[in-house]
Amino acid sequence: MAVLLIAEHNNKELRPFTLNAATAASQIDNDVHALLIGNNSAEAAKHLSELPVIKKVLSVEAPHYENFTAENFAPVVVKLAENYSHIICSANTFGKNLMPRIAAHLDTSQVSDIIKVISSDTYVRPIYAGNAFATVKSNDAKKCVTIRPTSFDPCESSGGSAPIEKIDAAEEFSNTKFIKREEIKSDRPELGTARIVVSGGRGMQSGDNFKLITEIADKLGAAIGASRAAVDAGYISNDHQVGQTGKVVVPDLYIAVGISGAIQHLAGMKESKVIVAINKDGEAPIFSVADYGLEADLFEALPQFMEELNKLNTIQK
Amino acid sequence: MKILVAVKRVIDYNVQIRVKEDGTGVVTDNVKMSTNPPDDNAIEEAVKIKEAGKATEVVAITVGEEKAQETVRKALAVGADRGIHVKADGILEPLAVSKILQKVVEKEKPDLVFMGKQAIDDDCNQTGQMLSALLNWPQATFASKIDVKDNKLEVTREIDEGLETIEINVPAIVTCDLRLNEPRYASLPNIMKAKKKPIEEIAASDLGVDTSPRVEQIKVEEPPKRKAGIKVANVAELVQKLKNEAKVI
Repeated sequence: MAVLLIAEHNNKELRPFTLNAATAASQIDNDVHALLIGNNSAEAAKHLSELPVIKKVLSVEAPHYENFTAENFAPVVVKLAENYSHIICSANTFGKNLMPRIAAHLDTSQVSDIIKVISSDTYVRPIYAGNAFATVKSNDAKKCVTIRPTSFDPCESSGGSAPIEKIDAAEEFSNTKFIKREEIKSDRPELGTARIVVSGGRGMQSGDNFKLITEIADKLGAAIGASRAAVDAGYISNDHQVGQTGKVVVPDLYIAVGISGAIQHLAGMKESKVIVAINKDGEAPIFSVADYGLEADLFEALPQFMEELNKLNTIQK
Repeated sequence: MKILVAVKRVIDYNVQIRVKEDGTGVVTDNVKMSTNPPDDNAIEEAVKIKEAGKATEVVAITVGEEKAQETVRKALAVGADRGIHVKADGILEPLAVSKILQKVVEKEKPDLVFMGKQAIDDDCNQTGQMLSALLNWPQATFASKIDVKDNKLEVTREIDEGLETIEINVPAIVTCDLRLNEPRYASLPNIMKAKKKPIEEIAASDLGVDTSPRVEQIKVEEPPKRKAGIKVANVAELVQKLKNEAKVI
């Protein structure tokens, strides 16, 4: 039986993590079908059909699918489920909201947030905010699995031409009404997908001082992160928070400035490829995960860092 | 309006967990246990709604072993009116817990069920959504703001792209984000008073729910350790290393 991937999109384009989820789905089984539920979403469905790992696209459009409400999406998936061995989706807020609703209807015990596929029924997933890894085997006939997108590479995005089959919409769920979505707009790369992240902690001492971080982030084309301590102290808004209760990031370069390295913060960034720590406390736990540690007062180090960057002829973006 | 709040006992969030040497799980003996942090937010919100005169009763419920009752007692100390402890041993998957909660909801008939968005032990993030599926109720997950309006709730949700606001009709499920509120501490007099509040004990088996796990835990291991790197002497050396050695800028 084939695997069904639920695509995440904005009705026009696929959201980038759909490509990572497609990779995970293809590691479970070669025969991957993808489902796109949306409204006026033909363009996104077409893009989905171009992913070479997708063998068939199922597309359903209706006004009540405009805003991705789980109560409306779940019945569509449940109806299709008998033809599939696995239902797959990204473990971001879209998939986290939706998949358990599907799993409960199918009487399946969901496996959340996997980081590795061992076989079609066995996976590795982090528990305790990544402080332990559990290898688990699902014994349910039908498996509902969400995948951690940053643990799988995105699949090829073009070259395929899967057939697109239109399917019927399910009934609207009338007890939930979408009101509005406020997307945080920024010229900066998104924290979750940025190649470089520069983060500040309580050591920044004030919101104003974050401009030292902003300058460097602008120069490097980086996203700005923060520890929970900095968010709780009101230095920066909570959508910047990296950690167990914030975002999990896996950039090529993570620069932690004035961050001590509490367990909860490390859980959100320790998989980064290269970690830099700048902290005046040489004993701070952040140094135990840093590839390059600089024991220095950040108020001296950051302006110098900016100066050194300015001296470079080229900076990778 | 009656609010049922589900709480879970987990290893305290400040504890550095240790994996058992035989790979069967993590060490829980002699480890500090607490209420799952976002469940504290769920209790706080329910109590605040009651204090604002918009709810008549707050009932705290937990599902788990004998000691799980501590979390219900703590909820009573910060303002819940009475408690329910559904006793069950062993690993409880979210699907089993949501089926137990479904049975209790059918009996208690609350208008709202609140709980944390995720437990910090298994990190599943499933129970609230599963319960709302089983009851066919609306779900507002990852709530960071709740406005009670007669028989509706307006809920702001934390999503990856920013914030989303939805309106749901009661009865409904809300799963709470840490940003929803600042949970209060229990005062000593309230802790004493809580000892007199009733906690009903129910055996999970009496509810007719099969709680046996469907997902087999094969092994638990420590994540690959990251080696500490080097200390650099100054900023110039740091930038030079990032440029020429790590090649990331």
